[in-house]
Amino acid sequence: MSADDQILEEFTSKEYEFGWTVDLEADEAPKGLNEDIIRFISAKKEEPEWLLEWRLKAYRQWKEMVEPEWANVVYPKVNYQDIIYYSAPKQTAKPKSLDEVDPELIATFEKLGISLTEQKRLTGVAVDAVIDSVSVATTFKDTLAELGIIFCSFSEAVKDHPELIKKHIGSVVPANDNYFAALNSAVFSDGSFCYIPKGVRCPMELSTYFRINAANTGQFERTLIVAEEGSYVSYLEGCTAPMRDENQLHAAVVEIKAAKDAEVKYSTVQNWYPGDKEGKGGIYNFVTKRGICEGDNSKISWTQVETGSAVTWKYPSCILKGDNSQGEFYSVAVTNNFQQADTGTKMIHIGKNTKSRIVSKGISAGKSQNSYRGQVHVMKRAEGARNFSQCDSLLMGDKCGAHTFPYIDIENKSAQVEHEATTSKIGEDQIFYCQQRGIDEESAVALIVNGYAKEVLKQLPMEFAVEAQKLLALTLEGSVG
Amino acid sequence: MEKFAGTSIVESLETRFKDFESGLNGQSKSPVHEIRRNALDTLVKKGLPGPKHEEYKFTNLTRAIEKNFDLTAPLSPFSLGSEVVKSALIKGLDAHNIVFLNGRFSPEYSDEIDVEGLEINSLEAALKEDPEKVESLFNSEADFKEDAFVALNTAFAQHGLVIEIAARAIIEKPIALYFIGDSSKDKLVYNVRNLVRAGKFAEATIIEKFDCFGDDQSLTNVVNEFSVAENAHLKYFKIENDSDNAYHISNTHVSQQSVSNFSANTFALNGAMVRNNLNIKLENEGIETYMNGLYLLDGKTHVDNHTVVDHKMPNCYSNELYKGIMDDSSRGVFNGKIFVRQDAQQTNAFQSNKNILLSDKATVNTKPQLEIWADDVKCSHGCTTGQLDEDALFYLQTRGIQKEKARAILLTAFASDVLENIANEAIKTYLEEIITERLEK
Repeated sequence: MSADDQILEEFTSKEYEFGWTVDLEADEAPKGLNEDIIRFISAKKEEPEWLLEWRLKAYRQWKEMVEPEWANVVYPKVNYQDIIYYSAPKQTAKPKSLDEVDPELIATFEKLGISLTEQKRLTGVAVDAVIDSVSVATTFKDTLAELGIIFCSFSEAVKDHPELIKKHIGSVVPANDNYFAALNSAVFSDGSFCYIPKGVRCPMELSTYFRINAANTGQFERTLIVAEEGSYVSYLEGCTAPMRDENQLHAAVVEIKAAKDAEVKYSTVQNWYPGDKEGKGGIYNFVTKRGICEGDNSKISWTQVETGSAVTWKYPSCILKGDNSQGEFYSVAVTNNFQQADTGTKMIHIGKNTKSRIVSKGISAGKSQNSYRGQVHVMKRAEGARNFSQCDSLLMGDKCGAHTFPYIDIENKSAQVEHEATTSKIGEDQIFYCQQRGIDEESAVALIVNGYAKEVLKQLPMEFAVEAQKLLALTLEGSVG
Repeated sequence: MEKFAGTSIVESLETRFKDFESGLNGQSKSPVHEIRRNALDTLVKKGLPGPKHEEYKFTNLTRAIEKNFDLTAPLSPFSLGSEVVKSALIKGLDAHNIVFLNGRFSPEYSDEIDVEGLEINSLEAALKEDPEKVESLFNSEADFKEDAFVALNTAFAQHGLVIEIAARAIIEKPIALYFIGDSSKDKLVYNVRNLVRAGKFAEATIIEKFDCFGDDQSLTNVVNEFSVAENAHLKYFKIENDSDNAYHISNTHVSQQSVSNFSANTFALNGAMVRNNLNIKLENEGIETYMNGLYLLDGKTHVDNHTVVDHKMPNCYSNELYKGIMDDSSRGVFNGKIFVRQDAQQTNAFQSNKNILLSDKATVNTKPQLEIWADDVKCSHGCTTGQLDEDALFYLQTRGIQKEKARAILLTAFASDVLENIANEAIKTYLEEIITERLEK
């Protein structure tokens, strides 16, 4: 118990830990969105002609689209002309090693708990750090390169491996897939690219850290992970943003491709600034994440811990195309105060004997609204498909809401699909039992919530699991009593 | 997007409404007619639901109507003999029988009812004799703004029943409503509106059965409004075992007062396209609600069950069980919503939907939905889709039961969960026979 006590104590005085800003000199585009801005971004990044064309096409399609309204979230509409679409920390020349990186930047990441230099030496996790819109540093690149693994920022990949990018970009999430994906495709500024060659098992966790720093900017990063035949990679993503009164937009796209026998494990701890207690400010997190199990026996696993953002709209999905492929989705979504989350997954079974598993644990507190929205679709040819879904909701307080919208569409008679959902609150008897053992109420709640979310948390890599547990306790701070 | 679906239908309806209005002689200023006009306005403004409409995503009734029906055609006469009418009645059921022929009340085939505390009138008669009562019930539960087919019914339904069960009246025999259609000469389209009020401590059972005879298509659009007062017990059965050409839309809207008990049992066994909306509002405390449903489909039958149970107040209980067996190229759609409002603490709400697919061309689309704003509740839903248990099948075969027979036994067992709760033996036996026969075929 002492660990939990410690966590609570550690956080009692804090609201949002990562809410500071740093005075980084930034290179910014003017506000607003038009074809010139896209040309500006593309030129800044010295992109090839085809990519600019691809962006412009996406932009033209985006202009024709309408913002989706079906999600169970309410928020003032975003003024897309009032956003700065490109902001990069100013650097004179491209750093070759960490020693040349702006010391202010290094300090920023140390504050975030990702000290790039230390990380490199101690933990053996390769990190790609993206601030505002631009990747600022990637560690362990050389070690990975020896194995043929490419792990770098998206813009570097465009320069160094254009053939790979051209082949895979937009192949899982097409540019016109949805409103926010189209927006991202038009204006994305950076992100991570990861390529695991045939038969290689990535020896370390790959990790990207996103941070929005400048005001009025939107962050539009794009992640592309390609796992060739028989390879394996575990990928982590983390994010924070400063506390600001206005809402900021984050519209990312993540694409994963898994070839035959490949396995990709993608974990996120999403901790964007959720807004203050009155629901002012916070990040709009409108993200499109999708993976395709192209080859037989491939596997994609999504694990997410969602604690931040004012509004979340996010459905990491798996297209199970290869025979015997597997998709997994583990999620803990916590909302407090005025946060709203509409999140879930889609499992599209196309291949034979495909399996999917969904475990979603929602926790709502304060005046927040938490929705699970998911689809399990078994296509006609998906002989022997199997799905198990479990979505539980925990309500803390009588002013919050928990909603479940599962869509289950089955077109094959041999499919076995099960879905179950429960909604409940923390039992008074459970709390009483803890109290009777000398555990105070707040620690008891943290203990019970951690137990409730354990099935998902245990899917996370070690370092992340610890962070996630702390975050859970922090997000629910003061929601009892 | 959906606004423009069914434009041609809506335009034709506007003309028809004007004709209908001019034939009313003075009644056009009555409050009921005012509601009808508002309903038509809503329909004109919103149109019929298209394929993008979330509630009608899998069931494109608008296209089916556009393709097959002329809603402005006059009601065709009923020309079938008494043999046919009698064949539609449930055998062995001792009930107060009320018969509708092509959507019109038929005094000839209906029983004379002289039971204390039970008053049954046709909607036409009630509008003339007791307009105030109709006004208090008409449009009291169903909201035409929410559903285009309720609006259509509200604007045009001239026929139906007004049933009033007095306080403390216990009606022993079920009230059986038979809707018999004749589409042998022409297509048949009709709207029916039933208004039912069960007084305090009253008890009654209402059965609805739909049959259409003939080779042409038929479309029925039924709206039921039930208000269940304090401590009343109302049981409702709906049996839909219609011909392959029958399109059927039904909206049953119920409000329950404190400590009342309502159960709905919906059986969809055949038809071309069937849509059942069941909306139950729990307005006060201590209410019990049961929703049972069975859909047993083959051929090209398409059945869509949408249910809503809205917990508004504390200490209520609701339980829902819908089961489906889909064969051939049939499609079963289920959408169950449970709302638990902020005040509805200590709610217990359960929902279960189970499906079996017997053919690769059959489809099931299910969406069990929970929306909860209160924290001290116990709510759960479960939903499964699968096929027969191979082990169970094998076990029965090892005992010398032929595969076909074993399969029928297992399917009957699957369906019998829904039948189990039926208290009335005659109804239960009747349904069991149909289901066993269907499954053994």
